[in-house]
Amino acid sequence: MKPADVLVIGAGPAGLAAATAASRNGCRVAVLDDNPAAGGQIWRADITRPHQEDAARAAAIAAFHTSGAALLPGRRIVDVPSPSTLLAEAGGHFETYRWDRLILTTGARERFLPFPGWTLPGVFGAGGLQALVKGGYPVAGKRIVVAGTGPLLLAVAAHLREYGASIVTVAEQASTLQMLPFAASLLRSPGKLLQGAGYRRTLGATPYQTGCWPISGQGDEKLRSVTLTNGRRTWTVECDLLACGFHLVPNTELAQLLGCTLQGSFVQVDSQQQTPVAGIYCAGEPTGIAGVDAAQVEGEIAGLAAADCDPLPTRLLARRAKEAAFSRRLTHAFRLRPEVLKLASQETIVCRCEDVTFGQLQTRSNWTDAKLHTRCGMGPCQGRICGAATEALFGWQPTSVRAPLFPIPVAAFCDESSSLNAPSAR
Amino acid sequence: MPGFDLIIVGAGIVGCACALEAARAGLRVVIVERGVVGGGTTAAGMGHVVVMDDSPAQLALTAYSRSLWLTMAPELPAGVEYESRGTLWIAADDEEMAEVFSKQTTYAQAGIASQVLDPRELAEAEPYLRSGLAGALLVPDDGVLYPPVAAEYFLSEARRLGVVFLSDHEVVRCGKGRVQFANGTSIEAERILLASGASIDLLPSLPIQKRKGHLLITDRYPGVVSHQLVELGYLKSAHKLTADSVAFNIQPRLTGQLLIGSSRQYGDESREINHAILRSMLERAIEYMPCLKGLSGIRVWTGHRAATADKLPLIGPTADPTLFLAMGFEGLGITNAPGAAVLAIDALLGRASVIDATPYLPSRIRQEAVHA
Repeated sequence: MKPADVLVIGAGPAGLAAATAASRNGCRVAVLDDNPAAGGQIWRADITRPHQEDAARAAAIAAFHTSGAALLPGRRIVDVPSPSTLLAEAGGHFETYRWDRLILTTGARERFLPFPGWTLPGVFGAGGLQALVKGGYPVAGKRIVVAGTGPLLLAVAAHLREYGASIVTVAEQASTLQMLPFAASLLRSPGKLLQGAGYRRTLGATPYQTGCWPISGQGDEKLRSVTLTNGRRTWTVECDLLACGFHLVPNTELAQLLGCTLQGSFVQVDSQQQTPVAGIYCAGEPTGIAGVDAAQVEGEIAGLAAADCDPLPTRLLARRAKEAAFSRRLTHAFRLRPEVLKLASQETIVCRCEDVTFGQLQTRSNWTDAKLHTRCGMGPCQGRICGAATEALFGWQPTSVRAPLFPIPVAAFCDESSSLNAPSAR
Repeated sequence: MPGFDLIIVGAGIVGCACALEAARAGLRVVIVERGVVGGGTTAAGMGHVVVMDDSPAQLALTAYSRSLWLTMAPELPAGVEYESRGTLWIAADDEEMAEVFSKQTTYAQAGIASQVLDPRELAEAEPYLRSGLAGALLVPDDGVLYPPVAAEYFLSEARRLGVVFLSDHEVVRCGKGRVQFANGTSIEAERILLASGASIDLLPSLPIQKRKGHLLITDRYPGVVSHQLVELGYLKSAHKLTADSVAFNIQPRLTGQLLIGSSRQYGDESREINHAILRSMLERAIEYMPCLKGLSGIRVWTGHRAATADKLPLIGPTADPTLFLAMGFEGLGITNAPGAAVLAIDALLGRASVIDATPYLPSRIRQEAVHA
């Protein structure tokens, strides 16, 4: 049993800020993260370019280390054995962590929407492909279509291009008109603008098409081409890879398992970032998709609140309010057009773990009904991918979250080390 | 909504089987469900179609019900995943092996085929079981199925015969020929059949106790387990009416997934996982099948069985002449659904049944319940 006054789950921008603030204010702080290094998804380290450092990431990590908080990477929370303990998997063995205050900064994941061909080899999540490339996956010379929605698309396209990929097009489903308020908000926030301008520079002549979305991917063994439309015209482009994501959805599974209630899709928090469960705080994307700046300020507030700092600095509260406004514009700018919710055909797979098609799901009345009668969401990913899709497609709210959060060896429930001689899953 | 002969409360596997049986008997039926088809007690369990011999009455009902499953099996849709896996009752020692032989005699007298396996034959049948076991009784005609889809199959057959289904209708009161919903509306019929599984809020005086269980499902490991495996110690554990207990009970699914159980607890109506019970349940399973240790567990859940004191269901009339029951199946609701449906509709119509229905009559324990 490993004690910590404050336990932070997730070492992305929100988690690092929370840990730094709590540690500076006298708490003993430990941060668990399932990645090998701090930074989360957005600040994922690039193993091929170790010296190329994001300034904001470097500053956050330096502040974190100076604060004295401990980072425990490579640990994934799998269960909540009792109300004040968490079970973590660490490289095949299991550790139990006890906490007095818990800060959940579990980030977000990409949303995938099903369309014919989306399960072909060669189709990646946009952020997923970026993460692979940072891990050494070669894309030099590859023709890549980047499609879907959200600010991530440009970042991914710019990044892939830096690595020698040829970006065929960036297809953003949101219309220019819909995105205008978001562009205006970038003008109000120079920092965000510079980042955007940087993307445009890197992208150079890459076509960025708004009001444009993929309707199918073609190929036998692997993806050969992608068919795009702008609603009036439909055309097909040859490519090697499709990097596709429809903005982000929050990772709220751990919060739900701990009994925190959701408001819509997001974890409910008060002005202190505290959830309705006493002693549990939440910050960053799980409380609303708002990006890195919001994550940092919310994280800092959560860290201070968990350290019983009262009152909270008004400058932080003001910054959070500003970021909340940005979040609303972001959500508005990249809201899904109805057409992208109608791309799947009867035969299109929606749940990849259990091979459940769109046609099978159409006759079901809600998420529980779909799970019980088609096994949608019952596979190893526990509905993380199809749950977000069916929520968008059918308006189904995923219901209960069940342990374990990630598949674990049966022996892990018995505090035993897992056997290496077991039959392997097919 | 006028013109119904029968209102069935609860679209679990028992309620749906009753709806089909009633429709076949020509009754005009409405079946009401607060959630989704087969989403309550039906969804929580394993889906083992098994002949059990705790008592002559239990043997009679499970054997009859299993014979109905076997007749239906060829017509069941693929989604029901009915497989004639057979049950292996595993004996750990000589004492349990003696039970294997007496069980075989009992089954033989009831016309149920079974076969005694020695340790070598058991190891051949299930190579991943630990060595040193004493043997087993194979009951080859027992089956496994996926209960929510089976419930939906009964319901869809019933609806083809004109049965009306109301989902998302929570009943707040029933009796005296009237069923009242949470939304303020109500419906009336000459007869009401309560088939609400472990939910006894509508008749809190029913002599039913909730018995909580835990299950874990693994990722896909086709071929690791071929039969439904149950330790004979299970009977000892299932017989205990008070103490918490665990037993080795594992079911291979058509998908290659394994369902690992079982646990029994009284007095815990929460749905929370009890990690101490889960741990001893899985340790018990690993003791019998060491390779389970390293298999990937993808989900754990709990459910409640509706248990009666004599381990027999409550099927038939109540003191309210309009109200009938098909409740209290404990762990045998899936097995007994088709047989119970026949008995319940026979009782409703005053028909004679193929098997003696008196051991399951609710009146047998009502007096005790009143004085309890």
